[in-house]
Amino acid sequence: MESFIKQLTEKYQHQSTQLLMILREVQAQYFHVPSQAIDLLVTQLDVPKTQILGVIEFYSFLSATPRGRYDIYISDSITDHMLGKKAVADYLCEKLHTPLGTVRADGLVSIANSSCTGLCDQGPAILVNGHAVGRLNKARIDEIAALIQQKTPVTEWPTSLLQVDDNVQKSGLLLDSHLEKGAAIEAAWQRGLEQTLHEVEKAGLRGRGGAGYTTAWKWHLCYEGYEEDSFCDISVHKQPQRYVVCNADEGEPGTFKDRILLNSYAHELIEGMTLCASIIKSNQGFIYLRGEYLHLYSKLNAVIAERRAAGLLGANILGKNFDFDVEVRLGLGAYICGEESALIESLEGKMGVPRNRPPYPVTSGYLNKPTVVNNVETFVAAAHIGLHGGDWFAAHGTEKSKGTKILSISGDCARPGIYEYPFGTTIKTILEDCGAEDVLGIQVGGPSGTFISNKEFDRKIAFEDLATGGSFIIFNSSRDIFEIVRNFTHFFAHESCGFCTPCRVGTSLMKNQYDKICTGHGSTGDVRELQEIAKLVKSTSHCGLGQTAAQPILTTLERYPELYNAKLKQISFEPGFDLDGSLAIARKLTGRDDSNAHLAQVEEE
Amino acid sequence: MTGTKHITIDGQTVPFEEGQTIMEAAAAAGVYIPHLCHHPEFTPHGSCKLCTVKVNGRSASSCTFPAAEGQEVLNNSDELNADRKRLTQMLFVEGNHFCPSCEKSGNCQLQAVGYHLNMLDNHYPHFFALRDVDASHPDVLVDRNRCIFCSLCVRASHQEGKDVFGIVGRGINKHLAVNSESGKLADSDLSVDDRAAHICPTGAILVRGTAFKVPIGQRLYDHHDIDEVSLGASHE
Repeated sequence: MESFIKQLTEKYQHQSTQLLMILREVQAQYFHVPSQAIDLLVTQLDVPKTQILGVIEFYSFLSATPRGRYDIYISDSITDHMLGKKAVADYLCEKLHTPLGTVRADGLVSIANSSCTGLCDQGPAILVNGHAVGRLNKARIDEIAALIQQKTPVTEWPTSLLQVDDNVQKSGLLLDSHLEKGAAIEAAWQRGLEQTLHEVEKAGLRGRGGAGYTTAWKWHLCYEGYEEDSFCDISVHKQPQRYVVCNADEGEPGTFKDRILLNSYAHELIEGMTLCASIIKSNQGFIYLRGEYLHLYSKLNAVIAERRAAGLLGANILGKNFDFDVEVRLGLGAYICGEESALIESLEGKMGVPRNRPPYPVTSGYLNKPTVVNNVETFVAAAHIGLHGGDWFAAHGTEKSKGTKILSISGDCARPGIYEYPFGTTIKTILEDCGAEDVLGIQVGGPSGTFISNKEFDRKIAFEDLATGGSFIIFNSSRDIFEIVRNFTHFFAHESCGFCTPCRVGTSLMKNQYDKICTGHGSTGDVRELQEIAKLVKSTSHCGLGQTAAQPILTTLERYPELYNAKLKQISFEPGFDLDGSLAIARKLTGRDDSNAHLAQVEEE
Repeated sequence: MTGTKHITIDGQTVPFEEGQTIMEAAAAAGVYIPHLCHHPEFTPHGSCKLCTVKVNGRSASSCTFPAAEGQEVLNNSDELNADRKRLTQMLFVEGNHFCPSCEKSGNCQLQAVGYHLNMLDNHYPHFFALRDVDASHPDVLVDRNRCIFCSLCVRASHQEGKDVFGIVGRGINKHLAVNSESGKLADSDLSVDDRAAHICPTGAILVRGTAFKVPIGQRLYDHHDIDEVSLGASHE
């Protein structure tokens, strides 16, 4: 092990910022991170042991205890459930003789649940040693079980299993065509870099992750700094080091549009990053790729290599005396790392805990240097604007939301997949295009967005109406609102980083409270309590995760009060636990199951 | 710099210096904002959220949020204090806090904040978390049942160049870890004279042999409200 760790740390030049990449390889080699490896890394990387322990426990895809040689994660997103996840998971577990959440005795297989893996249009999906396999059914599970039994490495599995389709159903401004490589950079230099920043401003481009910060302003601030930022160290801005970071950690359940951009539009993405770098004077960029998209890692690196060879990355790009390069770093399963400051912490080899702001990443980001963090789609759009100019882009969309938005459509519709629409498109149009009928409601923007009912189909996709990072999950009237909200509420409790009190404790309280109501043990007081916790978590949490974790509860409580009321017991108070259920052990011990061994849980008249 | 800059807190005009947080400006002016993870001598952490105030109508952690000219800050309102009470109750049910049997009772800031906010019960269902006690060290005891993840010990030890403590893990499974090969405190670099051994606001890190030197009933918060103690300390 010593020589393995030594080679590994040498490969990563003993950089503690590479801790996640290093631990990923240790995990792949030993199926866990052995304590001996931790001690070796403490010495080799010169980091406190608590940092390494913290990272191992923080990220879902690392483990301190051995996982199976075939380590399987089943996507537990609501979209997978709608496609039959439960039955598929049961069959998989049975076929591999491994109950969910366990490691098989011979160490060959382990199976666990995972948050959304981004294959919502082709689920139910699993990850096997990090590789995505979608469209699971009995036949495919039989095939997988046979491959595992023969101990065939996943990389040698047939492409029919590992194939992930783009599934573009409707293209627009960005997806219609590919840019000629280098064309946007060339155009930007010809126009002048300052003028190009004006074009990005004129385009009205706003961040595509959902929050919608004005992109040109972000780039400007990164270069210039805040004029009156009392917390910003002016000397920092005199230092030339700045970073460009692409947030490719789309973890919002139901979102998969970046998967397509990274797979088939990587040149546009990196061109956009290069454009940004030339404007803010950066020489280093990173793509923070979510661990679930391991299947895109080598593809991205191939694109980067191709661009280096073509003089579009590296030293003296296109002879403009401008140096810039891009490195891909993988995440390891943590939704919170989609939050930009948590992402930066993760890039630095730490737990993904969001930072206090101010200072914002534009003044103090990666390694406390000014850093632009933008969504994949934002950079792709920026590349197009770099070539075609701001007016071309601003001619589409609405007054406050220019251009187009790429949506990941999944759930109950005939044609799930990727749809690109000008901002301002109504929900009605979208539903018609994807073939959705008998719709109960739609989760726009994923669990952290808004659940809209079938009375709101005239609303529009726009920052001023329904803002979205791209997730669009459709539910028909056969679906149970409670199961949907329950899935989302469990998701947030699972993904809370635990930094602040309201989110750490509050998301677990909401989860338990919601379960109580779902299982028919809720009273009117319980709904009131749920609402109170939800509001507190929303108003006092540290970052976007906590501030939106209560959205599924609050938006459905507002729209479907009658459904909640129908779910409640008609008594004034219900205890926090199932009284009769708690007696199950006593019944088992005494071998009794007669009526006197049960408690009636309804008030006697 | 010309003239003094001001914010208002609950209508009271409070001066501040460039670079001060709202918490710092408030403390200097004798205004108490409830807090647990904040300590004037360490880098603000902003995790307990007890110091949440409204700044021009928006929620912000006063310990990390910079004061700026003209801010209207709402602090001592019924609504904010009700939220603070709930957050304190969350800390109580998440861990295992049994004040009557705790050595720190009367000197505990968590308990004192509970008093201050008129917290009469735990309100939420208990989590009954299973947490470890580390009694390996001859001079210092760690009882994780009482840890509220304020990270003051982490910050203090880091400042001392030792990094004895770290908060590790995710979400509700977070826990206090010790930086030593065995993970035990005895094998760490901690010494009883370290600031980190004395900084804990609750009874999670205790110096042995001192627990009952002062009888219960004669302790700090048995006689003084935490607002008075806290402001006294920042004026020293």
